[in-house]
Amino acid sequence: MHRDPLTIGTQTFTSRLFTGTGKFSAKAQIAEMLARSGSEMITVALRRIDMGAGTENILNFIPKTVTLLPNTSGARTAQEAVRIARIAREAGCGRFIKIEVITDSKYLMPDNWETLKATEILAKEDFVVLPYVLPDLPLARRLEAAGAAAVMPLGAPIGSNRGLETRALIALLIENCRVPVVVDAGLGRPSHAAAAMEMGADAVLVNTAIATAQDPAAMGHAFALAVSAGRMAFKAKLSEESATARASSPLTGFLDSPPQKSPQ
Amino acid sequence: MKVTINGDLASIAACTIGELVAQRGLDPKGLVVEHNQRIVKQEKWPDIRLQDGDHLELLSFVGGG
Repeated sequence: MHRDPLTIGTQTFTSRLFTGTGKFSAKAQIAEMLARSGSEMITVALRRIDMGAGTENILNFIPKTVTLLPNTSGARTAQEAVRIARIAREAGCGRFIKIEVITDSKYLMPDNWETLKATEILAKEDFVVLPYVLPDLPLARRLEAAGAAAVMPLGAPIGSNRGLETRALIALLIENCRVPVVVDAGLGRPSHAAAAMEMGADAVLVNTAIATAQDPAAMGHAFALAVSAGRMAFKAKLSEESATARASSPLTGFLDSPPQKSPQ
Repeated sequence: MKVTINGDLASIAACTIGELVAQRGLDPKGLVVEHNQRIVKQEKWPDIRLQDGDHLELLSFVGGG
């Protein structure tokens, strides 16, 4: 297969499918999903432990070859996101950080303003910053200027499986951003991921649709195939749409038809 | 002495972070400890003496998207 690597920060990825560790019914499914999907980067979250229940360590379920992308979920301000990012790095999770600042619990919309502030701080501290945002071109330009390593616009609300509802706005980011555009959140089907890649997205991040499928490993594989197909189609340059038909076979007649008898 | 653990005030008998982790029966593997907003690496847990009014966050990595 033709090599088509994606570089984010200083790291190069062969797979353009990033995945998440949330919502798996059994943690042991994660390693098999990673193997079948070929995903090379996966998100994790940081939480206060339940003093009664003891500790859970999701990192035990992730092969060492896979890059960790800790998120700052739970943060409601830039300062909280910065604090979580620093903890994650000190705890040995590497330099990558997905900034997720959410103040709206109904739609889980990211707070673009706080996210920008956190990006400015963390990029200066040598993090590889991947901000999760509403697709907004002027904001994306500010994120680039602040040192973001990628921008991660949402396709639809987190966990909604509704696909590319923000398609037109994401297209503006793809056309204008210098850093990679990773479509994150809301992609519910492999066809949604393929559509994002056909548009020219550099990668997608999928968690819910894979983790909550009846067979997460098979669904991970299906998403991987869709991402590859979409990417290949983008690079092959899609043919244009047309409002009317354009014949793909010659229409000139070459057989004489016998005169039709009128029905009795 | 009284310290705040994960936002809740708690009376503890432990003198160090290491003792606290042991007394609470917490599995040190995968446990991240923040003491007064500073991360304390596991090998330092026995050295950090707790004081009245300290703030501790006991965290771990969990599944998330």
